[in-house]
Amino acid sequence: MTAITHHTPDAMLAAYASGSLADPFALVVAAHVSLCPECRAALEAHQTLGGIVLETTRSEAPSAGLKSSVLARLDEPAPPEPHYRRSGVFPGPVMAALKGRPPRWKSLGLGVRQSMLSADRDGSVRLLYIPPGQAVPDHSHNGLELTLVLQGSFADETGQFGVGDLEVAGSDLEHMPTAGVGAPCICLAATDAPLRFKSFLPRMLQPLFRI
Amino acid sequence: MTPASADLSPQTAWMLAVRDGRDREAFAALFDHFAPRLKGFVMRSGTSGAQAEEIVQEVMLTVWRRAHLFDPHRAQVSAWIYQIARNRHIDVIRKERRPVPEELGEDPGTEPDASQIMALDQETGRLKQALERLNPDQRIMVEKAYLGEMTHHEISEQTGLPLGTIKSRIRLGLERLRHELKGMR
Ligand SMILES: [Zn+2]
Repeated sequence: MTAITHHTPDAMLAAYASGSLADPFALVVAAHVSLCPECRAALEAHQTLGGIVLETTRSEAPSAGLKSSVLARLDEPAPPEPHYRRSGVFPGPVMAALKGRPPRWKSLGLGVRQSMLSADRDGSVRLLYIPPGQAVPDHSHNGLELTLVLQGSFADETGQFGVGDLEVAGSDLEHMPTAGVGAPCICLAATDAPLRFKSFLPRMLQPLFRI
Repeated sequence: MTPASADLSPQTAWMLAVRDGRDREAFAALFDHFAPRLKGFVMRSGTSGAQAEEIVQEVMLTVWRRAHLFDPHRAQVSAWIYQIARNRHIDVIRKERRPVPEELGEDPGTEPDASQIMALDQETGRLKQALERLNPDQRIMVEKAYLGEMTHHEISEQTGLPLGTIKSRIRLGLERLRHELKGMR
């Protein structure tokens, strides 16, 4: 595995640590952190600062019975917590979003496939499968788009992205990512607004595919 | 307890006693220290007292149940609990689990390395001093950011937010941490 060269921007890690990042992006950040010791360390630095804020914030006395009721519950069996491990190229948080099942791919044409993980008013996050050498049609977006490479690689106007690399594209970027040769490129991609494709799929089909 | 535990902060020593010995007295001490802070912290973001106590309860139970994942070489107790509190708070509000990275638990049986834990304590102390030296407006901004009251966009735009300071202050600690993590892979 080659070294990760494209990382999570620091402000985004701070937003993730504080819980203010919308879920589609939080999933991509959690997946990147699972693959990247450098961003994990940076995230833990933000959590350290969060811990200092917690230590120094104004206290509120808990009501009288709270401590005894917590102590009384220590022997309760813990509620089952589903735990998802990394499976193949999919890091734990992606397996959690898939609920442990393999992705259900839908064809977008030209061999490109997607598996939608979630889509709501906060945005959407999906897995993309792009055959080697295939270009994803030219598109721009209204908001932010995060793309994390899980297998293979892609390149666009801004650079080369391999396994673990995270591309952060703002609304100003109009790009045409092309998968590298070799293994098919599998990415985790999140947006906070519907993509605007310039060609490829007629726009009226976009709601159908939720892209 | 190892002989080195005399050098650890009380919070770290309590947490290790909970992790390794399921020590209820140490847990009660952690509760006394953190529950009022957690309640104040959660209420600051507009949560009612009753719901805040529900969250405090969930957080403290999570501390007990997930103690095996606490690694004092990588996290201060306050940082570890902060992260649990943010996750639980969001889970309660959204009624859904927020995405979290894969866990890196400490290797079972690892003896606490007091010098490394103390180095992390010292770095955190310096960071705390840096926070205290900010002017009040900046400080409020940092608190708002870590209370989850600022969006990613606002954090990016907020040039007064001393993210650069944070980075340089804990850079040494982080480099060490990063090498450790690489060694674990
Ligand atoms: Zn990274």
